[in-house]
Amino acid sequence: MKEEIYKALIEIVGEEFVSNKKEELYIYSRDSGLSDPSFPDFVVMPKTVEEVQKIVQLANREKIPVVPAGASLTLSGLTIPHKRGIVLDMRRMDRILELNRRGRYVVIEAGVTQGKLQSFLEKNCPDLCHSLPEAPPSATVVGNILIHGQGNLTQSYGFNSSMVTGLEVVLPTGQICRIGSCSLSPYWFSIEPLPYLAGLFLGWFGTTGIVTKLGLKLFPKKKLRDVELFVLEDPNLLVEAIYRITHTEMAEDVTTIAQPYPLMYRGTIMIGIYITGDTEEELEFKRRIIWESLSELIKAKEGGFMALMPEMKKGLLEKPMSGLTRTADILKGGGFVYCGAIIPVEKFPDALRKLVEIAEKNDTTYAHSGRVIGRGHCMMFAFAFPFNRNDSESIKKAKKALRESYAATLEIGGVPWKPGVEEQDMILEKMDRGTVELMGRIRGLLDPNGIMNPGNWEVRL
Amino acid sequence: MMLELHRCFRCGWCKYPSGFEDYNCPSYARFRFESYSPGGRLWLMRGWLNGELDWSDRLSQIIFSCVACKNCVENCRMDFREEILDWIISARSKAVERGLVPPKVRDFLENLMKYGNPWGLPKSKQASWLGEMERFSGQDFLVYLGCECRYEERGTEMAWNVIEILKKAGISFGVLDDESCDGNEVLMLGERGLFEELASKNLQKFRELGVKRIVTISPHAYNAMKKYAGIKFEIMHFTQLLLDLIRKGKLSLSKLDSTVTYHDPCFLGRHNRIYEDPRKILRAVSGLKLVEMRMNRENAFCCGGGSGNFVFDFLSGSDSPARLRIREALDTNAEILAVACPICKAMLEDATKTEGLEGKIEVRDIAEIVLSSAK
Repeated sequence: MKEEIYKALIEIVGEEFVSNKKEELYIYSRDSGLSDPSFPDFVVMPKTVEEVQKIVQLANREKIPVVPAGASLTLSGLTIPHKRGIVLDMRRMDRILELNRRGRYVVIEAGVTQGKLQSFLEKNCPDLCHSLPEAPPSATVVGNILIHGQGNLTQSYGFNSSMVTGLEVVLPTGQICRIGSCSLSPYWFSIEPLPYLAGLFLGWFGTTGIVTKLGLKLFPKKKLRDVELFVLEDPNLLVEAIYRITHTEMAEDVTTIAQPYPLMYRGTIMIGIYITGDTEEELEFKRRIIWESLSELIKAKEGGFMALMPEMKKGLLEKPMSGLTRTADILKGGGFVYCGAIIPVEKFPDALRKLVEIAEKNDTTYAHSGRVIGRGHCMMFAFAFPFNRNDSESIKKAKKALRESYAATLEIGGVPWKPGVEEQDMILEKMDRGTVELMGRIRGLLDPNGIMNPGNWEVRL
Repeated sequence: MMLELHRCFRCGWCKYPSGFEDYNCPSYARFRFESYSPGGRLWLMRGWLNGELDWSDRLSQIIFSCVACKNCVENCRMDFREEILDWIISARSKAVERGLVPPKVRDFLENLMKYGNPWGLPKSKQASWLGEMERFSGQDFLVYLGCECRYEERGTEMAWNVIEILKKAGISFGVLDDESCDGNEVLMLGERGLFEELASKNLQKFRELGVKRIVTISPHAYNAMKKYAGIKFEIMHFTQLLLDLIRKGKLSLSKLDSTVTYHDPCFLGRHNRIYEDPRKILRAVSGLKLVEMRMNRENAFCCGGGSGNFVFDFLSGSDSPARLRIREALDTNAEILAVACPICKAMLEDATKTEGLEGKIEVRDIAEIVLSSAK
């Protein structure tokens, strides 16, 4: 049977782009996080939506699981084929199909990476940009959106998934459908005002269909960009500081950092405030307004701006920040995992306290980075733990600390971002039963044979 | 050396040039499976060493399809970046030690040992003009040709062009009657023992003949000789010598009305940081307009010929690195793609033909460009 499926897949995409070899199955059985590996039967790399459609039709007919994957960088195992089947590596679908400069949107295929889009925009319309996450450039744009990722424009405009202007999706039964203005017009300018069908696919981790094309909002990119670091010690005051900063509407991006090393940083919390402008005057104006907004805290000696050495500033302004990737090798061990907790900003003190407690309890180090979402409507708070991939004890500690961080997130009233399968169960357990039932019914309706990324968002009614 | 393989996070920065324009790892760009990326390769090597994976034809192909272009070393953001290629070479060494190399690599190495060249060609197949060349006997320069320039048509053309320029400039030089391979590819393929033997033979000969200055045609030979232990002679790539001759007024160039783009060879560029000398030569030709490809200098996309792949061609196919590179060159609207390496010349010329681009863009070596414009 497997041989027949293999031949059928070759028939669809060509021999070069199907593998059932141990080497590919090994690589696609795991990601860089701590989830247990699980081997697929095939890895397939489609080039067109028609090929995706044929693969899905085949899988649906034969009831074979299909797991769509970008760069597999979630660190929570979302593209691990828990029930074997086919992993679809979408990165051959890497065309940027349309740039509508005046309408400020771009239409891309599912395999376009953050790096490719960033480079394309810098070259072809340097006055526009997309919301770039702090992921490596190899992460795919669509992957980031489908997990409700965040980026440098998230403080200004919300989750990256709220920047979608259109979708093309292959449903689990093989139909191709378009969502948004592109469903009735040649233009991909908006999801609204039609019924919000995008919600059937965003945040579902590929369990309801395979997104093959996406329209994405672009935003004005100012010529200049600068960063200030506001440092304080009291986490309660951070909540107030963020409220004041976001009230000015002068900052493009607002981030948070807390870590025990180097020792000079221990006990402090830093707020990264990014400002942009087309002129030095504009930058200076924004800088002054933000300084004024924090002046009371400064006068009360509760906080102050840190003088940034050129190298540090350069690192903070790098897009994307490679320093965050380097977190993986703090212990010279090539690993880090994090629970990205989406929490109300006012819960920052609780989250930070929990993070320190969990790290101490598990005898591990930690790093926190966060990002304000919307004008302080919520924030992403990362409970991050580096580990040594070559040390089973270190892995065990990080796993435990991660698990406890997910529990802590739920306990303080937050929602874990891009949870792995075990953590999804924790969420479903706590979720309103009516909501769980609705999710189950939607999945059952769209994917009657349960072939799409099974194991994820498994609702047991 | 490979004890630190676990430090690779597989983040993927290594696949890109610094501006992220497109994938810049030749084997990943060609195959597109994560397993063929630098990170994928390192994870597979670790799996093999841990006993999770057995050696197989596929694993062998993955490990030997790295062309040692060093883009990963250039663009990795981790502290261990300088060690990535050494790790890959170490894995190959283990395969060599255990007799596990792919048959084409085995043939490459055996031919080198038996015949002194990777194609297994008899000496009678060397460039015919070699017989007429003055042998080295204490002249100012030894011109080291290497296998590519003795046996491969495009390489012999390139060497001939360099030699003609040296003659025009009145340079005193000679060639060797019987060269040993420089060993660069052997080193990249993990056959350290053979590399040391070849290096030792070459060094002995250079010492016996009193060689003080060597000019190589191939950047691969330049790179290998820079790694010879205890070298006591000056070594130059031919572009460095040509630039020196132009600066000293020993070569005067006339007009060449052409738009030219330059392809950086990995073993001159990323391996040895020589980016500007070839460009300065081209800029010295009046009328010549030099335009850059999207990926250039430390971000140049490799032709795919390194690490012996110019012989066994593991990366052939519709998106082979050379074909991708010639398309990139075509995008510049240049009429000429200038090269400074015999291997790049052969790879890119073949790709021009395969892509059906003859008449649209022409691959010419820098020596040929200089020669055609030399008064």
